[in-house]
Amino acid sequence: MLSVYGKELSSRLLLGTAQYPSPAILMEAVTASETKVVTVSLRREMAGGKSGDKFWSLIQSLGVHVLPNTAGCHTVKEAVLTAQMARDIFKTDWIKLEVIGNHDTLQPDVFALVEAARILSEDGFKVFPYTTDDLIVAERLLEAGCEVLMPWCAPIGSALGPLNLHALRALRGHFPDVPMVIDAGLGRPSHAATVMELGFDAILLNTAVAKAGDPVAMAAAFAMAAKAGNIAYHAGMLEPRDVAVPSTPVIGKAVFT
Amino acid sequence: MHVLVKGAGVAGLTAAHELMAGGAAVTVHDPRRDKSVTASWYAGGMLAPYCERESADQPVLGLGLKAAAWWESVLPGAVVRNGTLVLAPARDSGELGRFGSRTSGFVNVDAEELADIEPDLAGRFRKGLFFRGEAHLDPRQALIALEAKLVLSGVRFQTNPTPNRDGEFDFVIDCTGYSRTNQALRGVRGEMLLLQTSDVTLSRPVRLLHPRFPVYIVPRSGQMFMVGATMIESDATGPITARSMMELLNAAYSLHPAFGEAVIVETGVGVRPAYTDNFPRVEQEGNVIRINGLYRHGFLLAPAMAMRAAAMVFEQEKVN
Repeated sequence: MLSVYGKELSSRLLLGTAQYPSPAILMEAVTASETKVVTVSLRREMAGGKSGDKFWSLIQSLGVHVLPNTAGCHTVKEAVLTAQMARDIFKTDWIKLEVIGNHDTLQPDVFALVEAARILSEDGFKVFPYTTDDLIVAERLLEAGCEVLMPWCAPIGSALGPLNLHALRALRGHFPDVPMVIDAGLGRPSHAATVMELGFDAILLNTAVAKAGDPVAMAAAFAMAAKAGNIAYHAGMLEPRDVAVPSTPVIGKAVFT
Repeated sequence: MHVLVKGAGVAGLTAAHELMAGGAAVTVHDPRRDKSVTASWYAGGMLAPYCERESADQPVLGLGLKAAAWWESVLPGAVVRNGTLVLAPARDSGELGRFGSRTSGFVNVDAEELADIEPDLAGRFRKGLFFRGEAHLDPRQALIALEAKLVLSGVRFQTNPTPNRDGEFDFVIDCTGYSRTNQALRGVRGEMLLLQTSDVTLSRPVRLLHPRFPVYIVPRSGQMFMVGATMIESDATGPITARSMMELLNAAYSLHPAFGEAVIVETGVGVRPAYTDNFPRVEQEGNVIRINGLYRHGFLLAPAMAMRAAAMVFEQEKVN
């Protein structure tokens, strides 16, 4: 079972809560995905103090772990402050740390990310950093106190799927024991299966489910794909070969000519 | 048959109209003298059931298709049937395909057709979607005109702060909108701007798609443009935030740079009442009928809800 910061999670799918057609559909999607962790954005739901209460109580009623995020933060200071507010409001020391470096690509500012991760880890937070697939940045994040990594496989919301399989393989290979969640860029279940087959521990989704024609069905599809990819990774997959190999024995036939 | 309608927003006024038209004696009570405190005041006034289908269920399309005809018959001349134009900035043009795959009732238009439809946008967009069958109205004018029509038709309006005794009425239609005390409802904050410029002319609402922040611009008389609207899970009524203002202005500016020279006539904030499925309900409890949860579909769905509530009242009358 997947274990992050001492919590055992029975599902390998984490789900974002933004952009659904309605809260009712969001709740159904959460159920269909069997997820145990949902992310919530502090900035969006809490504008004006405690007024996001209704949406928040809907999330609470789902009975899953809440992973607040610092979406939309562009500086270390902003991210740290948002994390502290999130801890007060959501009563959790988990924080999905996003420090955005570019407004258009929503690419993480990895320098500010490492700095914010260090400050928050020292402050007792359990940091889930949204990062790129860069090995050295990953190393610095672990040094800063993170025990989980959340590399992207493509820009947030792009639905492009894994763009750099080599980098993702290298990341997995270098940190075999660090829980790693592919966060951002997944567009379809086959993308989820692909990264899970590489040995990643879980996937985090939002747009691909929320903006699907039928978000509830799509949530279920992604859950199955993530599960399939994970089982396949542990089952040991055949490596591709250049020659055909018959699956039926061909004794008695002159195949060695 | 004497019916009390509580609330003079779009839900209350449309319900009052249907009841009046059916022969009931109607009193509308709203202690808020100023219409600018109703969510309806900040509506876009788009009668755009096809476009709304992008993120709403089928009934919004089915019920919403009848809205333009209802408003036209009740307030002749109020409805502008020029359709809706849906555009996307060049680098987000993929959004057009996504929007199109979720909706119906449109034709794809190229740069040349766009220039014919909205000459001021000529050369600015290479393709778009044109929803010919959609319409829009000015929600503020419509609220005022509908109230005036109701007054002329004998509907009584009360703004006294002390409520009527409900027992004096055969029916009470509760159209009071968002309330924190109703646990099933939540508030979805919407922020909007009114811009004024003589440098751009639009004949229909334009929706500008953006993966994170879709907005619409609705032309109104007096060279005014309503730019809206944010969707924030919050019932806070405080002034518009800098971020929202920036996003709305950015969208207007990317539609046409002349909006950069427009004056900001007004910023507004309304709280949309919504149930968890974002679809309105008409619920009856004894002789009280509640119309609520119109969400972002006030002018689009209020007529259908009003007819439903009126049918409940007159059905009961037959039974008695």
